[in-house]
Amino acid sequence: MTASDTHRTIDAVWRIESARIIAGLARMVRDIGLAEELAQDALVSALEQWPETGVPDNPGAWLMAVAKRRAVDRIRRQERLERKLEEIGHGLESTDPAPEFDTVLDTLDTEPIEDDILRLVFTACHPVLSAQSRAALTLRMLGGLTTEEIARAFLVPEPTVAQRIVRAKRTLAEAGVPFEVPEGAERAGRLASVLEVIYLIFNEGYAATGGAEWIRLDLCQEALRLGRILAGLAPQEAEVHGLVALMEIQASRSRARVGPSGEPVQLLDQDRARWDRLLIRRGFEALLRAEKLGGPPGPYVLQAAIAACHAQAATAGETDWARISALYELLVRLTPSPVVELNRAVALGMAYGPERGLELVDALVTEPALKDYHLLPSVRGDLLARLGRLEEARAEFERAAALTRNAPERAALLSRAAACAAG
Amino acid sequence: MRFLMMTTDDSSSAGQNPPDEGMMAEMGRFIEEMSKAGVLLATGGLDPRPTRIESSGGKVTVTDGPYTEAKEVVVGFALIEVRTKEEAIELSKRFWQIVGDGKGVIHQVFGPEDLSGQ
Repeated sequence: MTASDTHRTIDAVWRIESARIIAGLARMVRDIGLAEELAQDALVSALEQWPETGVPDNPGAWLMAVAKRRAVDRIRRQERLERKLEEIGHGLESTDPAPEFDTVLDTLDTEPIEDDILRLVFTACHPVLSAQSRAALTLRMLGGLTTEEIARAFLVPEPTVAQRIVRAKRTLAEAGVPFEVPEGAERAGRLASVLEVIYLIFNEGYAATGGAEWIRLDLCQEALRLGRILAGLAPQEAEVHGLVALMEIQASRSRARVGPSGEPVQLLDQDRARWDRLLIRRGFEALLRAEKLGGPPGPYVLQAAIAACHAQAATAGETDWARISALYELLVRLTPSPVVELNRAVALGMAYGPERGLELVDALVTEPALKDYHLLPSVRGDLLARLGRLEEARAEFERAAALTRNAPERAALLSRAAACAAG
Repeated sequence: MRFLMMTTDDSSSAGQNPPDEGMMAEMGRFIEEMSKAGVLLATGGLDPRPTRIESSGGKVTVTDGPYTEAKEVVVGFALIEVRTKEEAIELSKRFWQIVGDGKGVIHQVFGPEDLSGQ
């Protein structure tokens, strides 16, 4: 094995093991920032030693052992320091080392590490941090990504990400965020914060299309992986399965949503034969798990159910728009948003005719949040065209074309405007 | 990146002896672990007595077992989604640490990112 082979293997081992190692260490030192530093130290040892000694049979255990030793050294040093300070200050005999720490050390090999990983997820996604910081920290701690990889994925300079992570760790330490899974009344809100981060990572990748940006498809897979891990750790949470279902079904369309020359292809125009049936099936399974748990559906379950409606239709014409508009109505009640309303208007227009859709869209025209949103005039133009009000439709398509930043989409809108002008 | 990991058997007793219970339990744990790690998309065990199909000159010949000659047959598969080939290999090492002696192959399954020429 050459040195670069070994490095690639270490990289793979790190990605598989890092979350477990950081989580286990965090239980010892109660500080995820410090835990990550200790784990990184172990990684550096591996990079120094393995090219000489070869990769050990159980590389994860090796890394954990080295990291644990560093943690123990660090804590003992800290204790000696505190004892010295105490002796100087009070002239008293030292007390025994904190018993809690020794207990933790003993249980580290026996207690399931899964609980620690879940604690790590909740801590890294604590709402005291901005969504961007939560995303960077999560990818770093749970996904085993390097700062450079995170920077590339989010299209920001590497020092920005590095700073974001350093600041996030400091914020968590200063706020005294405990290393635990929140329970009771706090839990729902904290879980929402976790799900928001995973979906943000997914969308960061999903918003990119084609060409040099294919690298960001990796980001979708990263989010899916995190979601699936979370579903394994918190199987009783319907919304986690809902988010996984939503991401699986959306990801199933990756291949169909980009045309031959890199242009985006809208959902209803996609070649459904190119949808990934395996991911659709996985999405349906996740949605079923969510529904089996019972209770009123949350926002992710509802969005997944809408995605499932599309996935179920063999052709765009067979889409169950009545069901989709009903689901949007439930969604808008849970998370009122003009964008969701606009989607509901599209569904209503498809299910019950363009008048119904237009009625709702007209009510949204004055919505400040949609002022520069190109899909509003685009949807309105489509409904007007279907009603035969071509002159008004043309104006709307032109307005939409002026608002979009996407060149292929602009061309498509302008050609629709031209078609309206031609009658 | 998706990889198809397959275990093969070329012994004449392929599929004659059912796998022992201890190993099945270990395998179950391994599958659960991979699935919890978010990398396992699908998995399954295969009947080691396959139906062979050969097409030649427009004629399709179908042959059912049993076969007298020992031929390598695929007996199990796992479809995984990981970031690198090395990660697939690492996971495969864990699998073999559980299973013991045996053989397998790992194939990358091409996806849209490979079709775009990257």
